[in-house]
Amino acid sequence: MRALYIARRFGVFLLIVWLAASLNFFLPRLSGQDPVRTKLLAEAQLGGYVQAGIEDMVKEYNQKFGLDKPLWRQYISYLGDTARLDFNYSISNYPRTVRDLIAEALPWTIGLLGMTTLLSFIIGTLLGALLAWPGAPRWMRYVMPPLWALHAIPFFLLGLILMYLLAFQWQLLPIFGGYSPGAVPGFNFRFILDVLAHATLPALSIILVATGGWALGMRGMMVTTMGEDYVTFAEAKGLKASTIFLRYCVRNAILPQTTALALALGQILSGAVLVEVIFGYPGIGALLFEAIRENDHFLIQGIVFTVIVALGLTTFLLDILYPWLDPRISYQRT
Amino acid sequence: MSALAVRGLRVSFDHPLGLVRAVDDVSFDLRPNERFGLVGESGSGKSTMALAIMRMIRPPGHIDGGDILLGGKNLATLSAEDVRQTRLAGIAMVPQGSMNALNPVMRVGDQVADAMRDHDKKPVGIGALMARVGLPAGTADKYPHELSGGMKQRVCIAIAMCLRPTVIIADEPTSALDVVVQRQVMRTLADVQRDLNAAILLIGHDMGLMAQFVDRLGVMYAGRLVEIAPIAEIVRRPRHPYTEMLIASLPSMDHKDALRGIPGLAPLLRDLPSGCAFHPRCPKAQDRCAIERPEPREVESGVLVRCHFA
Amino acid sequence: MLRYLKRNPSLAVGIGLLSVLVLFLLVGMVLIDPEDARPLSAPALRPPSWAYPFGTDRQGRDLFAAMVVGTPLTLRIGFIAGILGVVIGTILAFVAGFYRGIVDTLIRGIADIGLTVPGLLILIIIAVSVRGGLTVNQMALVVASLAWLNPTRTIRSQVLTLRERGYVEVARLSGMNGPEIIFFEMIPNLLPYLGATLVNAVSAAILASIGLEVLGLGPLEAPTLGMTLYWVNFNAAIINGWWWWWTAPIAIILIVFLGLFFMTVGLDEIANPRLRRSV
Repeated sequence: MRALYIARRFGVFLLIVWLAASLNFFLPRLSGQDPVRTKLLAEAQLGGYVQAGIEDMVKEYNQKFGLDKPLWRQYISYLGDTARLDFNYSISNYPRTVRDLIAEALPWTIGLLGMTTLLSFIIGTLLGALLAWPGAPRWMRYVMPPLWALHAIPFFLLGLILMYLLAFQWQLLPIFGGYSPGAVPGFNFRFILDVLAHATLPALSIILVATGGWALGMRGMMVTTMGEDYVTFAEAKGLKASTIFLRYCVRNAILPQTTALALALGQILSGAVLVEVIFGYPGIGALLFEAIRENDHFLIQGIVFTVIVALGLTTFLLDILYPWLDPRISYQRT
Repeated sequence: MSALAVRGLRVSFDHPLGLVRAVDDVSFDLRPNERFGLVGESGSGKSTMALAIMRMIRPPGHIDGGDILLGGKNLATLSAEDVRQTRLAGIAMVPQGSMNALNPVMRVGDQVADAMRDHDKKPVGIGALMARVGLPAGTADKYPHELSGGMKQRVCIAIAMCLRPTVIIADEPTSALDVVVQRQVMRTLADVQRDLNAAILLIGHDMGLMAQFVDRLGVMYAGRLVEIAPIAEIVRRPRHPYTEMLIASLPSMDHKDALRGIPGLAPLLRDLPSGCAFHPRCPKAQDRCAIERPEPREVESGVLVRCHFA
Repeated sequence: MLRYLKRNPSLAVGIGLLSVLVLFLLVGMVLIDPEDARPLSAPALRPPSWAYPFGTDRQGRDLFAAMVVGTPLTLRIGFIAGILGVVIGTILAFVAGFYRGIVDTLIRGIADIGLTVPGLLILIIIAVSVRGGLTVNQMALVVASLAWLNPTRTIRSQVLTLRERGYVEVARLSGMNGPEIIFFEMIPNLLPYLGATLVNAVSAAILASIGLEVLGLGPLEAPTLGMTLYWVNFNAAIINGWWWWWTAPIAIILIVFLGLFFMTVGLDEIANPRLRRSV
């Protein structure tokens, strides 16, 4: 019944989490790399200067993971740590822990991604629905081609173009970062405005590209839905055009559209990571970029794991939401 | 006055390969409280006619001419909003049995209610309506996928009667339903008709069903109405050669012969034969039939035929 | 062929754009010396001029030569990964969709889970785990490792539909065995759809490889489109006003993606006749 359905979906979620953790554990080990030692060696080669405290870290690392202990032991303790959200220290930012760094960057990304995805989905879906409806205003047809062409390119590409035009040439918006250097973070109006100004270009890059995709998709779904028997019968019932549009067409077309949203989340995130890198926006993406540059394996693994879990959770929530939208999906089937 | 009077209705569709004349100069009267059947093969234009009467023809189709008089109002010339108001309140439609006519994400009770609301009526009495068509209590709260085919059809009948129309068009209401359910649905339809004192236009291709249900029958061929007569008369003594062969093709329980059909194929509606559309397949055809289109003639009281030789 | 293109404008635009690109590459390869694409072959940071039509970058690469040499590398990654992805995907899709059963559940499960996870992140983990940097061919393989997921799913659903079609039943009854039916009955009918899926896969693969490169995980010495953008970002070329450095790769990437997109739309029209705009 309902409980079983939720349990099954949750099970899939746990499976994804476990797979992600295992991937993180085994892949680096397969190549035989030891990031800490590598860093030590690299530092040593540069002339003997070793980052302060790295010896302590190596000791702790060896103790924890006990590289002399059998592999399965390491795996179990690794899983245990992951469950407690302990991702170890950040090699490049020692003594800060990976968890702290992620906790700092995550809200920025969630804010940017959440808002842009929501906005582009809602605007795009509405636009697509209206475009399919014969009674829609004519000017809408002219909005479509540019959006359509835009949605084929990656987010960050538009980001670069916008950055050049709006930030550099016309100097309308700030180029870089989450907030102006030297600004004091706090919940005051000035800071919030600053944050919004900095978030505008990254957000625009995503919204302008993604909206076209949603609009196109929704228009297709609407065309299919409008050809259904129940829409013909709705007209025969003498229903008002607005009723048919909203409660018969849109209400049904939104179902595959929502499925598409769940499937596109991974892609949107990948695109957003690159946008953050381009703009230096202090979210998960920029953090990942820095981690790659510094070869900070623990940070990379922590971020990838966190992102996979976050996505898995969102998909799980959407899965739970879906039967509420579509009564035909009974809770009994997966 | 007739409940519904169709005069000279012409409907055609634009097709790249030619103009498709789906309904070609059709005229008939539907008397109050009457059950009128319209029978014809697939592609004879009968479903198009039903849509045309409800003013639901969409491009590339268009109504080329004719009048559709519903108790004094001409549906062919009414404004779009007036037509919308007339639908369901004046003339209602029961969809084909095989159609997916109910919105899958709305409870069926709500689908009756929204029709009433959009016609400025309060959505009350829905439970009683459901019971009236023989549905168990609680049906109104169910979703369409939870109902069987027969139950869904009865919901559609409930919708069709909720505003007490004077005319009900039922387009193959029992197709895709098994015979037991067929009987239930037709009985419900008959009850509803009696209840509302409405006239029913039953469209289909099942002569057996027509024989049991309707008062008068119209026969369509190639978009034209070739014969109209009381049902008993038409079965006993069909006038038009096509009707004759139709009746003869019905299998009988009494004597088991080889099945008799009608040789040849129905013509493409965009490529009609000249003169009488049936002449290529008609055993009684003569030269005149290829040249001159027969007009409807009243050969006896209440019997109209389009044939030179009836 | 030309007549069909007139009726299918999307396909025409797509092929047109890609042809322009190919033309550029062909002409370029005649005009340049591939050595000029390497660092220190030209004075650094020169704006476009007659000698250097696209200007030069900070490391002294002739950008025109870099684009002519680098673009095929990017395209190659996309094609190898895309083709591999579709081939593997088709095989898996047919095995799953035709034979059903446990194999189907397994393949579908893996594909579904794999698709939930953002591909770029997995690719990052793989790329980072490989010792040393990636070569162009290694990159193609890395991208290919995930490229089969989407094709498998979409082709599988097509196989499921086709399976119920009449001619498959007839083939089965007339004694054809599984592989024969697949090869002689189903694949020919799926060709337009496979074509559209291939273009899609190539496009996605190019995007993935560019993504990895922009993050700095690509082959560091190769002047591929993504790596060029990486250096653009690294050197803050936009703020420094070296506009020629990023204009060329962005323009080329735009042409590639728009061209592939229009081709996909055009191929979709062939695959799904209901989308056709004229008969």
